[in-house]
Amino acid sequence: MDTHTVPQRTPFFAFHQAAGGKLIDFAGFEMPVRYSGDVREHRCVREKAGVFDISHMGEFFVSGPGALEFLNHIVTNDLAAVAPGQAMYSPMCRPGGGIVDDLLIYRSHDHFMVVVNASNIAKDLAWMKEHCPAGVTLEDRSAETALLAVQGPMAPQVLQGHVPDAALELGYYRFLHGPLFGIDAVIARTGYTGEDGFELYFHPRDAATVWNGLAEAGRAAAMEPVGLGARDTLRLEMGYMLYGNDIDDSTSPLEAGIGWTVKLKKADFIGRDVLVRQKEHGLTRKLVGLELDGRRVARHGMMVEVNNRAVGAVTSGAFSPSLERPIGMAYIDKEFTAPGTMLEIVAGNARFPARVVTPPFWKHGSRK
Amino acid sequence: MSYPDDVRYTAEHEWARLAHGIVTVGITGYATEQLGDVVFVELPPIGKQIEASKTFGVVEAVKTVSDLYAPVTGVVVEVNTALTDNPAAVNVEPYGAGWMIRIKPANPADVDQLMNSAAYSRLIEEQHA
Repeated sequence: MDTHTVPQRTPFFAFHQAAGGKLIDFAGFEMPVRYSGDVREHRCVREKAGVFDISHMGEFFVSGPGALEFLNHIVTNDLAAVAPGQAMYSPMCRPGGGIVDDLLIYRSHDHFMVVVNASNIAKDLAWMKEHCPAGVTLEDRSAETALLAVQGPMAPQVLQGHVPDAALELGYYRFLHGPLFGIDAVIARTGYTGEDGFELYFHPRDAATVWNGLAEAGRAAAMEPVGLGARDTLRLEMGYMLYGNDIDDSTSPLEAGIGWTVKLKKADFIGRDVLVRQKEHGLTRKLVGLELDGRRVARHGMMVEVNNRAVGAVTSGAFSPSLERPIGMAYIDKEFTAPGTMLEIVAGNARFPARVVTPPFWKHGSRK
Repeated sequence: MSYPDDVRYTAEHEWARLAHGIVTVGITGYATEQLGDVVFVELPPIGKQIEASKTFGVVEAVKTVSDLYAPVTGVVVEVNTALTDNPAAVNVEPYGAGWMIRIKPANPADVDQLMNSAAYSRLIEEQHA
């Protein structure tokens, strides 16, 4: 951490302190990594509901004639396939096929809200400005947007009566604009956990109203605040990408196994040529899931070998509280990526086996 | 956070307690707070010679892994096998049921060379400054 930069705080900082959150630096923000414990918080989301402060993420508003064409030119997925009121997940690629960031884009009638990773706010804004045509307005509204996620099978019950009924009937990846505890909000059926739930976008001035409202509304479900630690184990169990770990400027979406977000049939977009070539010639490496039987955990950065030959490296790894075993992901040379292939994880002097599996690891999520 | 007076401390956040010529070793409450939920402790076999400041095992937490460093030189005479089924004991009682190994020290007086709780507290404060 750069000791000369004062970390930023979200509108919920005081609430995290009051709830006993352990605050760490994350992407230049003081964020709660945990409150009561990683395993407890993880299970709370899988079994009941949890609330996450993810206000550190960035939100850009794109509008004006040509907005759709502009966004469709810089992302790989096809925004023409989503209607207003629908969200879409897409990587945003460089000409070389590497990933600038992975985004969630919410389409409304007259604008798009692009949600970006906290660690990439400046980078994404610069990239998008560079490619933004005249006539399209691109605004960074991160500072005016607070964001909480309520995730878990009991999330709808928690919000019932505090959001419009229509919000509880939203299909997955749909959203609406409406009152949340009486304040103005975007209520989306999106999430990063594999459970049912909502992401709530509103103005920071309403932070206390929403946090306190959720604390009260969540009591019956025994909802608890959940930190970034559990957020990571929840998403890893689903095989979801974490930018900086599983995807970055050097990895293509095809290598990462998110080829479903690459719509080569749409009009030209940045990175298309390289992705077409990769598809035609095949990949040299692929991101695979790892499942381990022992107790040693594969961790980010550990080398992977087969018969003492280096075949890749671990991108993400942790102990899975839901599966009660270590799991992870790694880029591996193509010839060793068939499910069931046994690999060896190298951790200093220790070596332990891992088996290639196809994510998701957690297959019992309540996600709609 | 307070640190018990009946043990001595290392800069790598282990504690050591000398009783009846045997040194019991574990990790401090500061360490467990940094680690989060412990899921596995890899311990050495009984009879293993260990050297002060060298690693004697590994502690795996949900989100992170850390080496364990021996506070004194000696031979491992006992390991806490209860941690196999209950690694959470390390978080719940780091200085009690969460103990990890017992060493017959080459020199019992070595324990007195380690930090007392006041010195360890100061070290933690300095690390956070």
